Amino acid sequence: MNAILATSAVDITSPTIEYAALAPILIVLGAAVLGVLVEAFVPQYLRRTIQLVLTFGALAAAFVAVLRARGTVIVAAEGSVAIDGPTIFMQGSILVLAAIAALVIAERHVDPAGDSFAPRASALPGSEQEQAYTRLGWLQTEVWPLFLFAVGGMLLFPAANDLITMFVALEVLSLPLYILAGMARRRRLLSQEAALKYFVLGAFSSAFFLYGAALLYGYSGSMKLSGIADALTADAGQNGLVIAGTALVTVGLLFKIGAAPFHQWTPDVYQGSPTSITGFMAACTKVAAFGALLRIMYVALGGLRFDWRPMLIVIAGLTMIVGTIFALTQTDIKRMLAYSSIAQAGFILVGVVATNEAGLQGTLVYLLAYGIATIGAFAIVTLVRDTTGEATHLSQWAGLGKRSPVVAGAFALFLLAFAGIPLTSGFTGKFAVFTAGIQGGATGLVVLGVVASAVAAFFYVRVIVLMFFNDPAVDSRTAVVVPSSFTTFAITVAVALTVVIGVLPQLVLTLVEQAGIFVR
Amino acid sequence: MTDFNWLLALFLAPLVGAVAVLLVPKGADKLAKQVGLVVSVVVFALTVAMSLQFVPAEAGDFQFSFAYDWIPAFGVQFAMGLDGIALVLVALSTSLVPVVLLAGWDDVGPESRGSVKGYVALILVLEAAMIGVFAATDVFLFYVFFEAMLIPVYFLIGRYGGARRSYAAVKFLLYSLFGGLLMLAALIGLYVVSGDLLGTGTFDFTQLVGLDIPESTQRWLFLGFFVAFAIKAPLVPFHTWLPDAAAESTPGTAVLLVGVLDKVGTFGMLRYCLELFPEASTWATPVVLVLAVVGIIYGALLAIGQSDLKRLIAYTSVSHFGFIALGIFAMTTRGQSGSTLYMVNHGFSTAALFLIAGFLISRRGSRVIDDFGGVQKVAPVLAGTFLVAGLSSLALPGLSSFVSEFLVLVGTFERYTWAGIIATIGIVLAALYILLMYQRTMTGEAPDEVREKVHDLRGREVLAIAPLLVVIIALGFYPKPVLDVVNPAVDRVMQSVGATDPAPQVGGPVAEGTQQ
Repeated sequence: MNAILATSAVDITSPTIEYAALAPILIVLGAAVLGVLVEAFVPQYLRRTIQLVLTFGALAAAFVAVLRARGTVIVAAEGSVAIDGPTIFMQGSILVLAAIAALVIAERHVDPAGDSFAPRASALPGSEQEQAYTRLGWLQTEVWPLFLFAVGGMLLFPAANDLITMFVALEVLSLPLYILAGMARRRRLLSQEAALKYFVLGAFSSAFFLYGAALLYGYSGSMKLSGIADALTADAGQNGLVIAGTALVTVGLLFKIGAAPFHQWTPDVYQGSPTSITGFMAACTKVAAFGALLRIMYVALGGLRFDWRPMLIVIAGLTMIVGTIFALTQTDIKRMLAYSSIAQAGFILVGVVATNEAGLQGTLVYLLAYGIATIGAFAIVTLVRDTTGEATHLSQWAGLGKRSPVVAGAFALFLLAFAGIPLTSGFTGKFAVFTAGIQGGATGLVVLGVVASAVAAFFYVRVIVLMFFNDPAVDSRTAVVVPSSFTTFAITVAVALTVVIGVLPQLVLTLVEQAGIFVR
Repeated sequence: MTDFNWLLALFLAPLVGAVAVLLVPKGADKLAKQVGLVVSVVVFALTVAMSLQFVPAEAGDFQFSFAYDWIPAFGVQFAMGLDGIALVLVALSTSLVPVVLLAGWDDVGPESRGSVKGYVALILVLEAAMIGVFAATDVFLFYVFFEAMLIPVYFLIGRYGGARRSYAAVKFLLYSLFGGLLMLAALIGLYVVSGDLLGTGTFDFTQLVGLDIPESTQRWLFLGFFVAFAIKAPLVPFHTWLPDAAAESTPGTAVLLVGVLDKVGTFGMLRYCLELFPEASTWATPVVLVLAVVGIIYGALLAIGQSDLKRLIAYTSVSHFGFIALGIFAMTTRGQSGSTLYMVNHGFSTAALFLIAGFLISRRGSRVIDDFGGVQKVAPVLAGTFLVAGLSSLALPGLSSFVSEFLVLVGTFERYTWAGIIATIGIVLAALYILLMYQRTMTGEAPDEVREKVHDLRGREVLAIAPLLVVIIALGFYPKPVLDVVNPAVDRVMQSVGATDPAPQVGGPVAEGTQQ
């Protein structure tokens, strides 16, 4: 008896956790938990200050931890988290982007009511209860813990090295976003519809992912990405289970990326969500989801690439076409940016289907460039307002260049970056992925991408025309609100980075070159 | 030669000038224009000083070259250098900018949509991009300037242009962007191919010229570059943006657009299409020749039919670009030298035409030809200068375009007699559109409105136009300095393509004097 106890005691070893390597994730999630406690116990007038200190402190500390982790290549936490060059680069990108987005979220000078979030998200839109809260002048601070949870999930998502961890990360990043999407102060119904739509479709896609993960486990007997890769090496992938599993897992991830035909939620959610959240979501989710997609495809399913490459090529092409064609017909600036982000996802996918090192690096550069410009563009959308809130109809933007040349100029810069004009960050990204694409033999897709870029240029240019060449409508009440230093700083940083990555791309290219490839 | 980096200084000077112009306080429009003019004159002086150090005997090599690493990850260098062809085109650009600023002194004012200093700064930025695009010896850098120069032009047309400016600006931008993006695909393809052949990818022009690219690949890459250049130049059927853009922009912008920017297209064909993809160029020659010849005739016919003065001049350019492309793809030394000279001459004569037409239009307040008449009685100097510019455009002997048009035609006859014969018809048509235009606007009875509004050229306007006419006449009588610089570079192109001039036929040696 004693002997049995003794042996079993020996068998149970506590898992080794590499705290230093995991620190960025742990810091952000820890701060999020603290944020919840702050909401529960701290008096309301103190909450904002504490939450801001907590949020920016956590992001900064996590960034320092990422910097310290540079050069680490390990599979941590008993094989469930991979900390390698690409992970570290993506975590760094996400933290930088999240910090810029947080500045925009923290803005309280733009909306005359205080902030851009509903005073009580749980109150029914238009109900007396809601009006009462509005009259009381309640302002939101619950967004901060939600925001931090989402960032924590995003940091884990591209690092996840087994399917269960990946699924958990997916949910941790998604659930707070569903809530955040529904918290807009203005146009409450639209916002709630966005939240519900995002939630239902998101849950649906999570189910796809989970089912796919189950099939892959059934095939390989392992949840670990390396285990699946080993199983593929062993039998050369001649198995229906693995094909079906791959397809389902990919669908789940492509949904988060917003690739066609899984993109339908994007315009509605981007339009309905509070604009500062839209920018955060559009930029950071995409980085994280592409990170996860790259890791699964390159690490676990690399042996199966001749099966999934044709599928992804078709999806990439379709995504470009759908994104550009639909963007052409939009009259709402947020919806236009949403379709534009779909088109951009198509371009980024070129880097994924390249299936070479250049493709991985190109994708990382493109994601960073795209994310910065996206947050900047949505930040500017928050500033252009009329009496009812944000003026998102394109016609309301006419003549903006005349009255606010600096803001319109910054927006034009972001649009040119999206269009991929040389000397902007967008060109660097496009050049990197297209080069990788041709090297990887996807010449046809690259040519399609180039043509789609030309079509896409039309709707970007159209907005520039509207802002600079057209006169404002006679009865126009649209004005650019002067924001506090939060948003000003965010936009300045975004502009600066967009130019720097465009003019001196080597700075970023060196970083991604050092990042190397995925650990197995 | 000193250690002074002439070319880099020349490239940076207008950029510094543009920043200086932007720093001028708001409302000080005159000061902004003065600063701009001084900068552009300094840039021109720099060009002259640099050209004096250029060694014509070695014009086939790149001179004043320098290279800095820019994006090592892609093998991109910030590399510039001038051969003879690039030198004359840079000189064309920097000499036209002060003329344009001076001539268009009152084209933008407080009533314009955009600010005056913005206008001047955009022109200076454009000047830097024009220098960069001709001087780049790194294909990637060339592409960057090729695309980046669209943005200032886009704003110049869209903010300062005429009634349909935004339509014209967008049409211009989208045509150019489409071409540019096709070129981007080809550029990336070229980079990947160079990586396969050399081990590491490069954009260095001199390395790329030596590559032995398989012909099937060459054809695709050639197409990407060629379509971009054909849109830029523009060749029929890619020309429809030009009349709109030229007609809606201010005369100054139209001069830079048609006089210099479009040359990037023909320059690109000569420098990049022919040298990088020699076999593919030979393969495509018949089609290009047909396009060129069609352009000559079609452009001329449309010019004859125009009722709008600026559109008429724009269509004459479509015809002239046909000549330039014809000379380039005739693959003879005479044809290509003639084309290069043509690019210069066309720049000056079109500049004169657009600027004088601009003076006329701003006085009368209308672009419609029928609104004019009898101007030569009211404003004899204006009419006289217009006539000289027009005669140069129709290639009258003694004026500059004659030499180049003659060389192009001779060069074409040597190899493609049919194309030469049809192109000659273009000369007759040119006489028609120029003389008809002159007759309808300048001769006859002057309507009341013309009598009241149109007055003769002012001192400033004469000062702007005079240098153009001097150049037109000087190059008409003595084109040797330009040809001396151009010929060695053309020889290099011919060598890269592997083309040789056809031997003179027995019994009828054709030996026009300009060649060695």
